[in-house]
Amino acid sequence: MSNEIILTEVALRDGSHAISHQYTVEQVRSIVQSLNDAMIPYIEVSHGDGLGGSSLQYGLSKVDEMKLIEAAVSVSNFSKIAVLLIPGIGTIEDLKEAKKLGAKMARVATHVTEADISKQHIETAKELGMEAVGFLMMSHMAPVETLVEQAKLMENYGADIVYVVDSAGALLPHEVKERIRALRQTLEVDIGFHGHNNLSVAMGNTLAAIEEGATRIDGSVRCLGAGAGNTQTEVLVAVLDKMGISTGVDLYKLMDMAEEIVAPILPKPQEINRDSLTLGYAGVYSSFLLHANRAAKRFSVDSRDILIELGRQKIVGGQEDMIIDVAAGLANK
Amino acid sequence: MERIKVGIIGSGNIGSDLMVKLTKSDVLELTTMMGINRTSKGMQHAEYLGLQVFDNGVDGLLEQPDLVDILFDATSAKAHLHNAEVAKKLGKQMLDLTPAALGPFIVPTVNLGEHVNAENVNLITCGGQATIPIISAISQIAPVEYGEIVATISSKSAGPGTRANIDEFTETTAKGIETVGGARKGKAIIILNPAEPPIMMRDTIHALVEGETIDEEGITKSIKEMVSKVQSYVPGYKLRTEPIFDGNKVTVFLEVEGAGHYLPKYAGNLDIMTSAAVKVAEEFAKNRKHQVANHS
Repeated sequence: MSNEIILTEVALRDGSHAISHQYTVEQVRSIVQSLNDAMIPYIEVSHGDGLGGSSLQYGLSKVDEMKLIEAAVSVSNFSKIAVLLIPGIGTIEDLKEAKKLGAKMARVATHVTEADISKQHIETAKELGMEAVGFLMMSHMAPVETLVEQAKLMENYGADIVYVVDSAGALLPHEVKERIRALRQTLEVDIGFHGHNNLSVAMGNTLAAIEEGATRIDGSVRCLGAGAGNTQTEVLVAVLDKMGISTGVDLYKLMDMAEEIVAPILPKPQEINRDSLTLGYAGVYSSFLLHANRAAKRFSVDSRDILIELGRQKIVGGQEDMIIDVAAGLANK
Repeated sequence: MERIKVGIIGSGNIGSDLMVKLTKSDVLELTTMMGINRTSKGMQHAEYLGLQVFDNGVDGLLEQPDLVDILFDATSAKAHLHNAEVAKKLGKQMLDLTPAALGPFIVPTVNLGEHVNAENVNLITCGGQATIPIISAISQIAPVEYGEIVATISSKSAGPGTRANIDEFTETTAKGIETVGGARKGKAIIILNPAEPPIMMRDTIHALVEGETIDEEGITKSIKEMVSKVQSYVPGYKLRTEPIFDGNKVTVFLEVEGAGHYLPKYAGNLDIMTSAAVKVAEEFAKNRKHQVANHS
């Protein structure tokens, strides 16, 4: 276990899902400024589905993400700005634009079995002089051996860090341990963990990951992330401090900004309700939450039935169109 | 009536599926397979079928140019540059199934007539072949200000070429949505799904149309007519539900089941490429005969 953990705040990317991609330049500026004051090392800014995610499929961004990235860079002299890129949605051109605006870290995300589509993007990030992260989403859907093999590919492409991403908030602490341990035994590079709190174990999972040697951790202040949100950053900073693990983050400042700047942006406080619980239970991509709610209303079906069916069909991240398809199918039953 | 002679460059999955389809054609006569490895499955099958087989790729054709009138390129964007050069030198029409996109984009149900005499045409992408007909069907009724498509294919049907350069898919398809489909702005997304058994190719089309009121009936009719046109060469192409209208947004869900010739049925994405290519070649061939008939 390392006594130093490097945090990435994801509210301005993962949280974009929770507010249907409606961030404004002013919101981004004030959030980044206060995170920067609190000494958060990395802040991720992008559409919820990464660069190029603004679409009818996932929801159109209110403000072009490049403007948000530019605003974020302009007010951060300590924190580095990271961007998410999902190959198949965003492109190398998008990455180059973000880099030009001052993004320092590229987090290249694929489904846990599809790492080979990230090669070009990881290599490009390195060529551009960015820090590159391989982000293996929906990690609960593959056996540990597959996860290791895919992580190894990303490491070979040049990733500086490889993350286990629990996109559905479906993993339990012992499963996180198993995964991080296997990666720690195989990879040379740093290992990260990104959790979701759908089963109320995001914090437990994060601590399990750290115990097994993960050194890069994602969190969102006030749990401002998809589904029930991520590991709550300000709580994590406090917990790690109690454990004698340093994050370099100013706890009071982070608590204050969470309370005073982020909480007012949330349409309602993040909680585990029956829908977000079902995401974790069924193993479904957390950003499906609001889409499934809307589809349930539209087709007069129970949103839990939609989510369970999506899980049964092994639908992966990005397949938001299947929500309507499944809801329409249930309505016709 | 004599058939127009055709040859395939590339003996991989796509080339092999083309081989099966072309041997069924009444208009085209497959004479030649141009690969690089004589022991590959595709090359061996070509020999078994009694085709002329060259293992030095398209260069084999330099010795015997009369073997072929129309060429199919099922190699890679990089290899296509050389193949296109040879085809041009020999005066052969080239149907490009790679992402090289040297020639104009072609979708059989949309703009085939515009390019019958083009020396090189490009088949865009699988997602483009599946969705551009629908964008075009909508834009025939109402101007499409924005057309977005999401292609979901089984991981097993995504070959190494697609995986190594996935941006080529999104960028080329987006361009095709605009230039062939007629949308003012296009966007494409591709998702790989590893579920077992492999899923059929799924395509979702979202279009924003212009105008105060939306002609739901007209658009639905136009889409259905287009679907049956595509079905004439891809029988497994179908609407999963009725088009969904929401304000000025039209959403269409498609499924593409392959013919199961050489490739498995779930690989509708590969099947729609080879089927479209054969359809284009057949129309080109008919046009040639027509031109010859008019001259004599």
